Amino acid sequence: MAQSLAKEFTKGLWAELPPFRLVLGLCPVLAVTKTVENGIGMGVATTFVLVFSNLLVSLLRNIIPPKVRIACYIVIIATFVTIVELVMQAYTYPLFLKLGIFIPLIVVNCIVLGRAEAFASKNNPVMAIADGLGIGIGFTLSLAALGAVREFLGAGTITIWGGNPVFAMPESFQAFSFMVEAPGAFVALGLMLACMNLIGSK
Amino acid sequence: MEYFEIAISCIFINNILLAQFLGNCPFLGTSKKMETAVGMSMAVVFVLVMAGVITWCLDTYLLKTLNVEYLRTLSFILVIASLVQFVEMFLKKSIPGLYAGLGIFLPLITTNCAVMGACLLNISNEYSFTKALVSSFAYAVGFGLALILFAGVRERINLGRIPKPLQDTSIGLITAGIIALTFTSFRGMV
Repeated sequence: MAQSLAKEFTKGLWAELPPFRLVLGLCPVLAVTKTVENGIGMGVATTFVLVFSNLLVSLLRNIIPPKVRIACYIVIIATFVTIVELVMQAYTYPLFLKLGIFIPLIVVNCIVLGRAEAFASKNNPVMAIADGLGIGIGFTLSLAALGAVREFLGAGTITIWGGNPVFAMPESFQAFSFMVEAPGAFVALGLMLACMNLIGSK
Repeated sequence: MEYFEIAISCIFINNILLAQFLGNCPFLGTSKKMETAVGMSMAVVFVLVMAGVITWCLDTYLLKTLNVEYLRTLSFILVIASLVQFVEMFLKKSIPGLYAGLGIFLPLITTNCAVMGACLLNISNEYSFTKALVSSFAYAVGFGLALILFAGVRERINLGRIPKPLQDTSIGLITAGIIALTFTSFRGMV
């Protein structure tokens, strides 16, 4: 039991790392990773939704009729997204403004619905939480890594939390602003995917 | 003139795929063949216009009058999901030709964030009814334009010899980046 629990948790960190291995939920990955801070904020919000929707879907898995299951999952997910939206609006307002419409759009993030359908609806609640937590942390780390690459190259800073950079390049650093623009997001993600394929294939 | 500006801006400058990053999963998933790209684009045009109009009415006449805007996320996704289901049943019965053409792409649209995203953008930009209608249509056209362009390029790429780690999604993303770069040159237009 403990072993399989650990397995469900760690698979989200490498073997099924969401944006790279599964190539799901790309919209927030590309859109919010201008800075590390935005990436982490988005990742934590998604993790919260993922863990709680997994838990609830798993608890209700014998009650939800199979024919209307997708609609039920969507309602469960949308409820938790609304909770996240209201909490962020109350406590982390600047971040809420920066992430904009991508917070309500967690509802249509394929990773969340995908985990509910593929995992939580077939396993017990403890396993479902482990799975949600693993995938969520993997998602957060991927967003933070992509954010770090883009922010470092595009602005010469690394901002983890609260708007103050923890690391900044000297004044003479020529920022490669292509990286924080829209096209840079696609190219950076494509190159990181290629690096992961290179490491994975060895 | 105002409507024309909105249309140009939604199709080219704020292109929903390449500038707003909405709907990227179908963008990469259905762009391997021109045929699927065209099918997906048509399905999006069809659903997005209807969803844009219905969610705008819902938001203005129901949510705002009852003061329950916090239910927006929940109600929008339900409207879109049931709309997709309804459109599917309607087409199957009355226009089987179009239904066969759109096929699997219709149900996939429920989780296409371009639809939900465009509806939310209409609300946050505080558009009037006609403006929301124009912008929904223009966003959908922009989606189709980018998807079909990308599918054309990607079909050619598959013929070339690509290093193994870069194959498939990776080179697809880099190509998308270059296409997005060309779209940034529209910025000065409006």
